[in-house]
Amino acid sequence: MYAQMIKSEGTKREDMSPQELAFQARIDRGEKIEPKEWMPEGYRKTLIRQIGQHAHSEIVGQLPEGNWITRAPTLERKAILLAKVQDEAGHGLYLYSAAETLGVSRDELFEKLHSGAMKYSSIFNYPTLTWADMGAVGWLVDGAAIMNQVPLQRTSYGPYSRAMIRICKEESFHQRQGYSIMMTMAKGTPAQKDMAQDALNRFWYPALMMFGPSDKDSVHSEQSMAWKIKMNTNDELRQKFVNETVPQAEYLGLSVPDETLAWNEEKQGYDFAEPDWSEFFEVIKGNGPCNRERLEARVTAWDEGAWFREGLSAHAEKAAAARMAAE
Amino acid sequence: MTHKQWPLWEIFIRGQHGLNHRHVGSLHAPDAEMAINNARDVYTRRKEGVSIWVVPSSEITASSPSEKGPLFDPAESKVYRHPTFFDIPEEVGKM
Ligand SMILES: [Fe+2]
Ligand SMILES: [Fe+2]
Repeated sequence: MYAQMIKSEGTKREDMSPQELAFQARIDRGEKIEPKEWMPEGYRKTLIRQIGQHAHSEIVGQLPEGNWITRAPTLERKAILLAKVQDEAGHGLYLYSAAETLGVSRDELFEKLHSGAMKYSSIFNYPTLTWADMGAVGWLVDGAAIMNQVPLQRTSYGPYSRAMIRICKEESFHQRQGYSIMMTMAKGTPAQKDMAQDALNRFWYPALMMFGPSDKDSVHSEQSMAWKIKMNTNDELRQKFVNETVPQAEYLGLSVPDETLAWNEEKQGYDFAEPDWSEFFEVIKGNGPCNRERLEARVTAWDEGAWFREGLSAHAEKAAAARMAAE
Repeated sequence: MTHKQWPLWEIFIRGQHGLNHRHVGSLHAPDAEMAINNARDVYTRRKEGVSIWVVPSSEITASSPSEKGPLFDPAESKVYRHPTFFDIPEEVGKM
């Protein structure tokens, strides 16, 4: 997902102190945990890792789409894409703010992103080669994000939950604008339809990877689910995503690049092929097609923006001094 | 790097005329003016507001969670503060 393979450090129930047990009981009752309240160190650390990675994904996620803003086919599509990418900056901000309530600063999180100590979602390490990719990204990538973010609105940590509620309100526009691009292209010339099919072919498996490794290989899920910072298992969400997406592809007249794909009446869901997990682990390790480019773009933006941040600070200090003198 | 992090601001938005300003989130900005500019961009892109307040987070004093009991429990036993505490006979009419 936007947060993948988050390492979670908790205490087993039988080893919990009375305070930890009381904390777990609050979560079990569905109470929200707020910033200044007592929480186990593991809960705090795991949340920082997860919210931080989620925030990083929002802002790095701007890059593959930002790539197409100046080349959008119409002024309207350009304005829409610009608005979508701007929303993602907002999503990053909501999430960094939520992480900051846990006692980490935004600059610390940036540093960890830039040094490679923290990750962002694997999906943003794939290139966006044609305009149809803007359709596939909105439809599939934002679509997969929605699958994960909707249940997270009920997460136990108050600021995270409120950030998710805000994000979910904006996310549906993202998916629809993507699908609308796909509809236009699928109904267009044969060449345009081919582009749409090609985009689906390239983004299908990376989108499935967004949900993280299969449950049997997902070591930290259990603790995170007990803490309600992970609401569903990876496989559950992936299945749900496939079930919803396949009919949408059919409507477009495009085919999902999976020959094994078949409706399974018994489980009321599709059987589908797993993505190539060795590819996923390579991308996570930094060896995806665009890892280096993405990180470089982030670091450059941060370094080359330094004079601007400092200039604004200097202006604020000067204005404050002038106000003091006038009083 | 000697970069100093911008202070944190709490953002309050009045959603519609006649309503209270409501806390919507926070952001970093070098001063109040920039905080308002940023709040406009981040929190009112879909006409969510007609007015913005920004307050330095460091200026907010919050009650501590450990005081929850002494602060809020006393109200629990004073149910007579609610109109539903009193049974008024139907014959009396609307009250
Ligand atoms: Fe987003
Ligand atoms: Fe989005």
